[in-house]
Amino acid sequence: MEKSAFKAYWKANIKILISLLIIWFLASFGFGILWSDELDQIQIGGFKLGFWFAQQGSIYIFVVLIFLYVHLMDKLDQKYKKQISKELNRE
Amino acid sequence: MSTQELTYLFVGLSFALYIGIAFWSRARSTTDFYVAGKGVNPVANGMATAADWMSAASFISMAGLIAFMGKDGSVYLMGWTGGYVLLALLLAPYLRKFGQFTVPDFIGTRYYSRTARLVAVLCLIFVSFTYVAGQMRGVGIVFSRFLEVDINQGVVIGMIIVFFYAVLGGMKGITYTQVAQYCVLIFAYLVPAIFISILMTGNPIPQLGFGDTLIDSPTYLLDKLDQVTQELGFSAYTENIKSNIDIFCITAALMFGTAGLPHVIVRFFTVPKVSDARKSAGYALVFIALLYTTAPAVGAFARVNFIDSVQDTKYVDAPSWFKNWEDIGLISWNDKNDDGIIRYEAGNAFSDGRPKFIDEHGKSGERMTANISDTSNQNEVYIDRDIMVLANPEIANLPGWVIALVAAGGLAAALSTAAGLLLVISAAISHDLMRKTFKPDITDKQELFYARLAAAFAIFIAGLFGIYPPGFVAQVVAFAFGLAAATIFPAIFLGIFSKTINKEGAISGMLAGLIFTFSYISYFKFINPSFNQEENWFFGISPEGIGFLGMILNFFTAIIVSRFYLPPPPEVKQMVETIRLP
Repeated sequence: MEKSAFKAYWKANIKILISLLIIWFLASFGFGILWSDELDQIQIGGFKLGFWFAQQGSIYIFVVLIFLYVHLMDKLDQKYKKQISKELNRE
Repeated sequence: MSTQELTYLFVGLSFALYIGIAFWSRARSTTDFYVAGKGVNPVANGMATAADWMSAASFISMAGLIAFMGKDGSVYLMGWTGGYVLLALLLAPYLRKFGQFTVPDFIGTRYYSRTARLVAVLCLIFVSFTYVAGQMRGVGIVFSRFLEVDINQGVVIGMIIVFFYAVLGGMKGITYTQVAQYCVLIFAYLVPAIFISILMTGNPIPQLGFGDTLIDSPTYLLDKLDQVTQELGFSAYTENIKSNIDIFCITAALMFGTAGLPHVIVRFFTVPKVSDARKSAGYALVFIALLYTTAPAVGAFARVNFIDSVQDTKYVDAPSWFKNWEDIGLISWNDKNDDGIIRYEAGNAFSDGRPKFIDEHGKSGERMTANISDTSNQNEVYIDRDIMVLANPEIANLPGWVIALVAAGGLAAALSTAAGLLLVISAAISHDLMRKTFKPDITDKQELFYARLAAAFAIFIAGLFGIYPPGFVAQVVAFAFGLAAATIFPAIFLGIFSKTINKEGAISGMLAGLIFTFSYISYFKFINPSFNQEENWFFGISPEGIGFLGMILNFFTAIIVSRFYLPPPPEVKQMVETIRLP
């Protein structure tokens, strides 16, 4: 078993990246562009929904995504930090 | 006090503040000069990043572009914010962990090659100078309109200020000045937006206000805008004109380009820890989002106000802002039907582009031009989109101090970005070209001297761009983002997430992306501009969006070419493992 903690850490990291990037894609390219016209059929207040995603919603979601990432990575770092430094010392 | 005096006061005070901060935080070593001693608090770094990022284009031009593009303007909103998600998730933490000074540093080390470093330096200098040229134009516009100095004098004053704090303070000085500049620019952007939102919809939050009803009727503001724009022969404000594939590619090119812009990336080298780099990207986006979510509201308000106050007004009764901007040459009125009434609708006022003013006045007192009148439509108004944000407070009749504030804000936005860019250019020259390539034996002190010299030289060139603006500034913005997306982003991304990409792969990938994107844009923008129409584009993708295809080409080339050559040496693999560690 060499560097198993490091491998697990990297795998978990990639998983976080992929799930967050899927949301990133949906919020902007999905709702703001590809399905924007369909969403425009729904109107909330003065905003057509597709238009709102393109000019407002996507940006709010981006901000939330980064802080979610910060939170998830801090947790992941905590979880693996000790194991990884142990592995490094063994080398 | 008059608006003029207030403007002098505000601009003077803000300049004194910037110079004071620069003096207090001047750089003493190369680490200070390049990466601010790696000791910047993540919130402060977030603000500095935001000021660095939000240029004259964001502050002055963007809302105006959106006002006239409607929903199509979303490409800028999503493109210039979504890139931060990519930056935070895919690049910033790893580059901070790598822990050197510049972007070419990473590419040169990861791909163990001087050539790779030089290709990166080439792309970086091109992208950064393109950008600086735009900032200097912004400085010139603000000075000439609000301080009534000659554009050239304005540029020189701007150069002296930037020289002071960039050359003296390096990254350290710039960072803390940018924190102050962020505060000035965001205040200057939000105050008029809030005022106008209250005036038009009664809602003090512009982000909600532009989805609200008008203050004097039950109609939603956006519905009215849709209706008015259609009546004047434009397409509806909340609908796209461009094709979906083009919007998709432009947004993607801007996003990946943003993540690949050297002056933005380098900001994440300045924080103490890897986890701070992530946090810092988050704060940066919060501070950016504050302006970027306000901009579409400002755009919508400005369009309604503009139409309301100009359409079917007699020129002699036109508001003073209309004539002030006409004096500067950014608005022109071509009385096609000779009735003295301003008629605004879809179509061009002139069939040959920008107005070319002559020294004569028409019957109503308007400035005459030597242009050819476009008789295919009845629109009589030429308006430069760059003026909407600056003119907005005047159009909405806001008090003089708000107008003065906007002038100071516009200068803060232009100067902060110019300084950040100049620093990246100077670091590329003194560090990547001198220290790492041609003169490896210089001392830290000599390198610092070269860095300052390079910064001074870069400011001089940037000033020349401001005084003799190349006519192609607007066109080359497509270059900056397209090239950053097609060259720098893939090289860094693959460098982190793949251990098998070797120097042959990376260099051929960057060159493929560079040559493809460069030739596509040059062909349609410079060599054959009359051909620049949708039916001639590759897959219907405009030059603005082609960087996205260039990026995909880069990825494929790098991966395929890497298979034919030796894998990277073990120490490089080791380095990649190290930067991936928490």
